[in-house]
Amino acid sequence: MFRAHVSRERRGGKPPQAFNVHAKAFASGPGPAGNGSGVRLSTLAIESPNRRDFLFLATGAVGAVGAAAVVWPLIDQINPDASTLALSSVEVDTGAIAEGQIVTVKWRGGPVFIRHRTKKEIDEAVNTPLSELKDPQTDQERAPKPEWLIVVGVCTHLGCVPLGHEGPYDGWKCPCHGSIYDTSGRIRSGPAPLNLAVPEYAFLSDTKVKIG
Amino acid sequence: MSGTSTYVPKSAFARWFESRLPIVGLVHSSFIAYPTPRNLNYFWTFGAILTFMLAAQIVTGVVLAMHYVPNATMAFDSVDHIMRNVNYGWLMRYLHSNGASMFFFAVYFHMFRGIYYGSYKAPREVLWILGVIIYLLMMATAFMGYVLPWGMMSLAGATVITNLFTAIPLVGVSIAHWLWGGFAVGNPTLNRFFALHYLLPFMIVGVVVLHVWALHVAGQNNPDGVEVKNVERDTVAFTPYATIKDVFGLSVFLIVYAWFTFFIPLYLLDPDNSNMANPLVTPSHIVPEWYLLPFYAILRAIPDKLAGVIALFAAIALLAFLPWLDTSPVKSAKYRPLYRFFFWIFVVCCVGLGYLGSQEVSDRGTLVSRILAVGYFGFLLIVLPLLGLIEKTKPIPASIADAVLVKAAPAE
Repeated sequence: MFRAHVSRERRGGKPPQAFNVHAKAFASGPGPAGNGSGVRLSTLAIESPNRRDFLFLATGAVGAVGAAAVVWPLIDQINPDASTLALSSVEVDTGAIAEGQIVTVKWRGGPVFIRHRTKKEIDEAVNTPLSELKDPQTDQERAPKPEWLIVVGVCTHLGCVPLGHEGPYDGWKCPCHGSIYDTSGRIRSGPAPLNLAVPEYAFLSDTKVKIG
Repeated sequence: MSGTSTYVPKSAFARWFESRLPIVGLVHSSFIAYPTPRNLNYFWTFGAILTFMLAAQIVTGVVLAMHYVPNATMAFDSVDHIMRNVNYGWLMRYLHSNGASMFFFAVYFHMFRGIYYGSYKAPREVLWILGVIIYLLMMATAFMGYVLPWGMMSLAGATVITNLFTAIPLVGVSIAHWLWGGFAVGNPTLNRFFALHYLLPFMIVGVVVLHVWALHVAGQNNPDGVEVKNVERDTVAFTPYATIKDVFGLSVFLIVYAWFTFFIPLYLLDPDNSNMANPLVTPSHIVPEWYLLPFYAILRAIPDKLAGVIALFAAIALLAFLPWLDTSPVKSAKYRPLYRFFFWIFVVCCVGLGYLGSQEVSDRGTLVSRILAVGYFGFLLIVLPLLGLIEKTKPIPASIADAVLVKAAPAE
């Protein structure tokens, strides 16, 4: 409040008299300052920034940093923890997956589809013109080894698990809101905005793949 | 609004206590001497019913928490344990699960009453906004409670609702991982939902206190929508008039609640939720609980993910702006013929969306959902602002007493 008066006077918006009344009231407290006149005090106060301003700002800044330092752990504690992050890869034997079969494995708490595609399914995926796609991506980018399509089994709309060998493209169909994916896991119709995600994976041998 | 009588402590102890903590006087002036408009109808009993339901949910919920285990491997079995082994566990669980539905049932009556009679208008805007906040907290609480039994629908519901946040550009996926505490809904999610499900009802209690406070500052609206002018003529004391009316309304309401609890306790639950959650499968037809269906239908009606999520949240958030969207100075639909007509269309849109939200996705259903969603937003964004300008309202009575006397006049 005291500071507000000072700045107002500096802008010249208010006659100095009003300020003096306030300053007098301030100065009339006990102690040696009580002897000073209002005019003198006001001259003192406008020597700004003064020590009080500095202390006020510095204390506030330290307080803000301190509060942020406490708030961040409170926010961050619900992020995925170390044990969750540690479980981020899985190895799968692909030798047992027959042609045409889709196997669902659990990776990072959710499903991953490993699809051993037939010749027909590969051809359909490869021959789809990119202009027909909502999220254009070639089949080659998504499945470097064409017979193996590995995608995260989570619909990119709201996270349901799509059903395999369903829908007009015989790819996937999401039971929740009707998104349709083709045999490359690319979004073809429905509310989902993106293709089924391709996780990071590597074939360790001809029959072993490491996901994550 | 101040009462006509004030509390006078009778005993020496009461006088001693009142001068140190005037809580008895506060209760007396708020719930005994408090003047209520004399023309209130039974739609005004839902406030008391809702207060009762909140208390009932907290009591049964605290009891259930003594037996429930918030862990992904044990939660489903612990609910079974409550049903089979815990003394009266079945009763507590059915009261709690059906209580959530009854709570929403009552709140929808309460909200539509407010919309019909213009209860959100000046000087009750803050009161109304506090109500919308309570409604939001209720939805969050109910949603998290639905996740706790860890059935198939619990998991699917948690997945869909938390995935709404992935629609946010750039940071959406990080927010989802943060909410889940992992890369999918899992044990950390269940654990924190339990903690929050226990916390939020007490936050609701806090906002309810503010809601009642704001109500008692502005005074109650009433079916005629005219303010109290003469406390003597226009009002009656809260006790016994409103108290007895509330108790009767609550009793009738409890019959319905008991009917659900004892005769059809599983009617509102999804059979898929009797199977334990499996993150590798989604049930073929997922639906949220009935009280969220209209918003779910709005989400599904829009083909774009981000736009759908925005529409869903806008459908709820717009309610908070009702006091300013409605430009008419007349409160009650009783004196607004056009508004009354559109109000019922709005109700049909809400119920219709609710029905469509429960059905499987089809082309026809999506089309009808879109039409009804346009109706929903059209009422709030176009009809309400326009009606205030073009509607010819009927003359409103000069006072509540006049309105009541006009009704009684033919007898004279």
